Amino acid sequence: MSAQLAAYSTSTGEAFQFWVLGTVAVAGALATVFMKRAVHSALSLAGTMIILAIFYLANGAYFLGIVQIVVYTGAIMMLFLFVVMLVGVTAADSLKETIKGQRWLALLCGVGFGVLLLAGIGNASLSEFDGTGQANANGNVEGLATLIFTKYVFAFEITGALLITAAIGAMVLTHRERTERAKTQRELSEQRVREGKHVPPLPAPGVYARHNAVDIAGLLPDGTPSELTVSKTLRDRGQIRDVSAEALSDLKALEQRAEERLERTEIEPATFKREEASK
Amino acid sequence: MNPVNYLYLSALLFTIGATGVLIRRNAIVVFMCIELMLNACNLAFVTFSRMHGNLDGQIIAFFTMVVAAAEVVVGLAIIVSLFRSRHSASVDDASLMKL
Repeated sequence: MSAQLAAYSTSTGEAFQFWVLGTVAVAGALATVFMKRAVHSALSLAGTMIILAIFYLANGAYFLGIVQIVVYTGAIMMLFLFVVMLVGVTAADSLKETIKGQRWLALLCGVGFGVLLLAGIGNASLSEFDGTGQANANGNVEGLATLIFTKYVFAFEITGALLITAAIGAMVLTHRERTERAKTQRELSEQRVREGKHVPPLPAPGVYARHNAVDIAGLLPDGTPSELTVSKTLRDRGQIRDVSAEALSDLKALEQRAEERLERTEIEPATFKREEASK
Repeated sequence: MNPVNYLYLSALLFTIGATGVLIRRNAIVVFMCIELMLNACNLAFVTFSRMHGNLDGQIIAFFTMVVAAAEVVVGLAIIVSLFRSRHSASVDDASLMKL
């Protein structure tokens, strides 16, 4: 293993692993950028990060490889998914350009930057690879621990301060102080009676006999959806499913069938009115 | 295969992440692209560690991970509070300072 890591050229197995997983990593990164929904982006990024963890292991960074899986894909990406769920899964990115041609300019900048970076690496003389065999001789974790607690001990201490500051900062940012006492149920009911609107409970969501999901607005007698029936959170996120058009077309089909059964002819509303007017 | 290919892959991933930051409007996706850039840097650090035969590169990558964790915590808290006040996670909507 150590001889292999020290080699100037890698083994065939590592080369095969690099080309297969590297392709998947790049595909995952592209999917992160170009997927429309944030959840799909997050999942693609998690896949790319796991592949990077395998590359760390292949490069002799055993501790980092495991930490990458535990911390990045285990903690950070799940935090991302939490926030995506909080903000709303279906909230797709708007594809409207606010600055004209910004997308193409951004792509051009990206390609130019990439070409510069790759050309820079290509021009550097990077033929000497010492390999981590020597450094990992006493074990990778032991070697890292020695460095952290001797040469980098000050940076390590500062990191502790940074983590505490970040935790407190996150709490301060997301915490909301209540400026007034929460109303009791009795006060709320009294307020409803005083205001005189919606004294009974709010109408239930769903179209009976067809849909009873909470995100489907109940229909008023004229077939329009009633906003009151759906929870405010869903209304804010724009996650209401509207079935009024379906319900109206179903009703129309039902009426037509009933008319056919009763052998009545349909009366056009326009002609009906005219006849009435002529009378 | 020359191990320098890891550096090329790292540069490619960094470029994709940077392009994503420029293109995307959803704050969460922009943030994910930043994470992708940080990960690409870590891959370069690990490869440099292999190139020079010492563990300093891996230590730096380790510190990068710690800083990234702190950054994600604060950044996501900012996005959540932004979403609470604006009801949207789009970076275009946070334009109160614009003339």
